[in-house]
Amino acid sequence: MLDKNQIAQRIAKELKDGFYVNLGIGIPTLVANYIPEGINVTLQSENGLLGMGPFPLEGEEDPDLINAGKQTITTLPGSSFFDSAISFGMIRAGKVDLTVLGAMEVSENGDIASWKIPGKLVKGMGGAMDLVASAKNIIVAMMHTNSKGESKLLKKCKLPLTGINCVKKIVTDLAVLEITDKGFRLLEKAPGISVEEIKNKTEANLICDGEIPEMKL
Amino acid sequence: MKKVYNNADEAIFDISEGNTLMLGGFGLCGIPENCIAALEKKGANNLICISNNAGVDDFGIGLLLKKKLIKKMIASYVGENAEFERQLLNGELDVELIPQGTLATRCMAAGYGIPAIYTPAGVGTEVAEGKESRIFKGKEYLMEFAFEADFALVKAWKGDTAGNLIYKGTARNFNPLMAMAGKVTIAEVEELVEAGELDPNEIHTPGIFVHRIFKGNSYEKRIEQRTVRKRL
Repeated sequence: MLDKNQIAQRIAKELKDGFYVNLGIGIPTLVANYIPEGINVTLQSENGLLGMGPFPLEGEEDPDLINAGKQTITTLPGSSFFDSAISFGMIRAGKVDLTVLGAMEVSENGDIASWKIPGKLVKGMGGAMDLVASAKNIIVAMMHTNSKGESKLLKKCKLPLTGINCVKKIVTDLAVLEITDKGFRLLEKAPGISVEEIKNKTEANLICDGEIPEMKL
Repeated sequence: MKKVYNNADEAIFDISEGNTLMLGGFGLCGIPENCIAALEKKGANNLICISNNAGVDDFGIGLLLKKKLIKKMIASYVGENAEFERQLLNGELDVELIPQGTLATRCMAAGYGIPAIYTPAGVGTEVAEGKESRIFKGKEYLMEFAFEADFALVKAWKGDTAGNLIYKGTARNFNPLMAMAGKVTIAEVEELVEAGELDPNEIHTPGIFVHRIFKGNSYEKRIEQRTVRKRL
């Protein structure tokens, strides 16, 4: 079973040289720590920065320089600032190559629910609905089951949706899966996890073609 | 017409009950601190506020919430704010949550003189309920209207007496969009210079959009999430 950092590490292997990438809050943010050597990736922060750098050194924090998680950050050579309309223009027009975000539920047709639990206080969707409606390639980073042990990979989402038919790939603590026309297809299993266990913890049907390889981190 | 005002109190003198306000900023970054403080002091009830976030308990828009000046909040993410939650759960506050890109583009449309835009954000979700949609090249889009705001309160880094504005870092965010969108736009700046002192090549918001400008005082610029690397 993978921990959060290992999920991020596995997702980082999906990055390609020259990609512009938007990383959501939570596990997706950790992906930045595992960008493979020799691969140049530009991080987009939807509050208005392309080319997000690491956290500043102690004492060098600038309140006018934050990311979408409101954390103090830095720029890099080649960075640019812009307003929020330009930022979402980049996203809507498909200039961002990859979006990585967390989710509460994903359904077998690629619907995602990530922003609202009825009866609990709702904080808002932020930029997630814009991102999922337009991104060319969306990878979801999440645990395979929720805190009650229930599957988060469903035939149909139960929670209010963030977007429809948009998720392409999911990396969980147990598996890597892709969304096909016929539903979830198991691509890789986590070290020490059996296909049987993944099937048991997946509410939706799982397509397993041949021998399923173990994830390499 | 005179654009330069002495301070926030003078610049916001006519904001009154029931007005719709746009407030720039993302989180606490690039918020019009001086205008918010002056408004908190002056008071005006039943305000409708359009802003990406709603501040925190004791800073930003949170100050207006605490004084119960806000009737309705239009935002994309309302974050950690206990007073906000309390008012929402008690039915004292109305909230409309909309996707961040839609929020930005509805501000932009207002500033560009365009009545509505089409966006795919929210298609198939509860955001789409009751909205007109249209298919372009096989993909569905929602029609979203341009905002209308009586006042836009924005914060810039530098400004001049002609109303031209330059923003700094990610404190730009919604500010230039809202500056263009307000019926009356009030800009507060850290540095106010004579017309001619700013390089025209570097202006982000042309002065035509700015009706009132003043030099703000004692910016706190509070940081919400202070994240740092240790010095080795």
